[in-house]
Amino acid sequence: MSEPVIEAVNVAKVLGSGAEAVAALRGVSLAVSCGELTLLMGPSGSGKTTLLSILGCMLTPTEGTVRVCGQSTDGAGPEDLALLRREHVGFVFQSFHLFPTLSAADNVRLALDVRGEPSRSAKARSREALARVGLSHKISAFPRELSGGEQQRVAIARAIVGNPSIILADEPTAALDGENGQAIMKILAGISREQGRGVLIVTHDPRLLPFADRIVHIEDGRLVGEERGAAGPDMNSRKSYRG
Amino acid sequence: MPLVFTLAFRNLFHDRLRFVATVVGIVFSIVLVTVQMGLYLGFGRTVTTMIDHASADLWIVPRGTKCFEDPSLLDARERYRALSIEGVAEAIPVVIGFADWRMPSGATTPVFVIGTDLRSGGLPPWDLVEGRIEALSTPRAVAVDRSYLERLGISGMGATAEIRQQLVRVAAVTSGIRSFTTTPFVFMDVDRARSHTGIPSAKTTYFLVRLSPGADLTRVRGQLASKISDAEVLTPVEFRERSRTFWLFSTGAGAALFAGALLGVIVGTVIVAQTLYSSTKEHLNEFATLRAIGSSRGYIYKVIVWQALLSAVIGFSIAALIGWAIVRLTAETALPILITPGLIAGLFSLTIVMCIASAIAAIVQVTRIDPATAFTR
Ligand SMILES: Nc1ncnc2c1ncn2[C@@H]1O[C@H](COP(=O)(O)OP(=O)(O)O)[C@@H](O)[C@H]1O
Ligand SMILES: [Mg+2]
Repeated sequence: MSEPVIEAVNVAKVLGSGAEAVAALRGVSLAVSCGELTLLMGPSGSGKTTLLSILGCMLTPTEGTVRVCGQSTDGAGPEDLALLRREHVGFVFQSFHLFPTLSAADNVRLALDVRGEPSRSAKARSREALARVGLSHKISAFPRELSGGEQQRVAIARAIVGNPSIILADEPTAALDGENGQAIMKILAGISREQGRGVLIVTHDPRLLPFADRIVHIEDGRLVGEERGAAGPDMNSRKSYRG
Repeated sequence: MPLVFTLAFRNLFHDRLRFVATVVGIVFSIVLVTVQMGLYLGFGRTVTTMIDHASADLWIVPRGTKCFEDPSLLDARERYRALSIEGVAEAIPVVIGFADWRMPSGATTPVFVIGTDLRSGGLPPWDLVEGRIEALSTPRAVAVDRSYLERLGISGMGATAEIRQQLVRVAAVTSGIRSFTTTPFVFMDVDRARSHTGIPSAKTTYFLVRLSPGADLTRVRGQLASKISDAEVLTPVEFRERSRTFWLFSTGAGAALFAGALLGVIVGTVIVAQTLYSSTKEHLNEFATLRAIGSSRGYIYKVIVWQALLSAVIGFSIAALIGWAIVRLTAETALPILITPGLIAGLFSLTIVMCIASAIAAIVQVTRIDPATAFTR
């Protein structure tokens, strides 16, 4: 197993304050490595999104440490975290979050533009990323002209265009039908396998299990189990999820 | 095109109504400021028309004179004292004063008489469209501006009227010599000006001093000041400044114009700030997404500032067109709105500063964005 690209060590997170404070995470340790597709599964409210946000340097943990490519985020301010995000992390959201006023190509290019990449090379790279997700024919389409599955593919292109070490996706297929969900998962699995990126996907859809190298279970802010997935090298420890 | 610019442009045009409101706010504000400042400049120039057109190296004015229209008088004999100073080539008397003009119909209207020694050409009428300056030396001859013919109840060249029960006859007609007080100017010979205004023949309002070639202005001025009693010696620039200051500030006219301009700036800033703020609020989720995918705060500020600058440039262009039309429309009036290149540059900078200042509220708003909300939407 290669070096972890992102690592949480004994992370606790309290959300809200006062009487409404919720211990969303209570001592979680999790590492994600290159070339590995990990599914994070658990019931609603178990802390999946919180963990993803902390791993993706959007939230800072109340306790514990996060390391991105070996570098600790302790004491990092909002601008330092933004820099870590744009250098190392690609995000895919449940509801896509594309910019409605920008074309598919411009939506993808945005991820390079925020890094200050010159527009000529950024345009070429955006086209490549869209080709990677099978949308070469839709580069000038606007989000409203695309199906949900296509929009999520644009979002994936935006996540990978900057060559991040890791892709974090929060329920990327929840807004899609089964067929489109499978297509998205194939793309994400391909990205992890062929491009050697770490991919961490939050889901509670058992249909995604066949794509996983590894499955991590979370409940009530704690990791409660881990197993190798169907796609992983060791299939013996695979649990049955379908009844 | 840079993507920040595209994003700003699309954000701006996404909501047409709000965009229109923004532009109307800027246009309203800038046109208001243009009119106020243009009036200020126009007024400032109009009140000194006579000083600007007099050919003098120095003015001898009664002590305490506040403006050209001031009715204080000098002793006419001071002229000889002035001429006795080395370096003084000429000391041309000028007489001014209000008088009543009786039209052929019998009605009367006030006029402002300007009398000068026509042979020396101290302050003769300019921009003649009919008649000649020389004709003014003939008995009873006066010059009036054609824009006042109707007010004076006459038809033009050759018409007669009475000032102080003495007959006058129009021997020259000028174009564009207008008074900001709207009282028509009547030009004539200095001696007749005295009798038409009731000024004693031993008195005069001003002397226009011309220096002989090579004379030292500072030295001549000092000697004039010490020799001539109850008078001040001013350069044309000083007299112009004194007149302008009096009309613009002692009368409160300038303050009122500045207050109007300030009001325009405030109203414009508030409108633009409000629309920019609500536009940013509407796109807050997009800004949060930008932040989530790693953009710096600076990048987001750039989008907002570009929106502000785009609004500024579009608003200013429209305001400039309207301003140009207003200048054209007022060019022939008693109080033209004057727009100088300096004013245009100033207004453009003002528009930019105003729009950027308006962006502050929007920028403060986005600094509080939590990128993690991208996951929970
Ligand atoms: N901003 C917040 N303030 C207070 N509690 C929150 C906030 N966000 C989430 N929570 C709570 O934290 C817990 C974990 O939330 P989350 O990580 O979103 O769960 P999941 O993604 O697994 O559904 C839940 O109990 C949720 O109600
Ligand atoms: Mg969630």
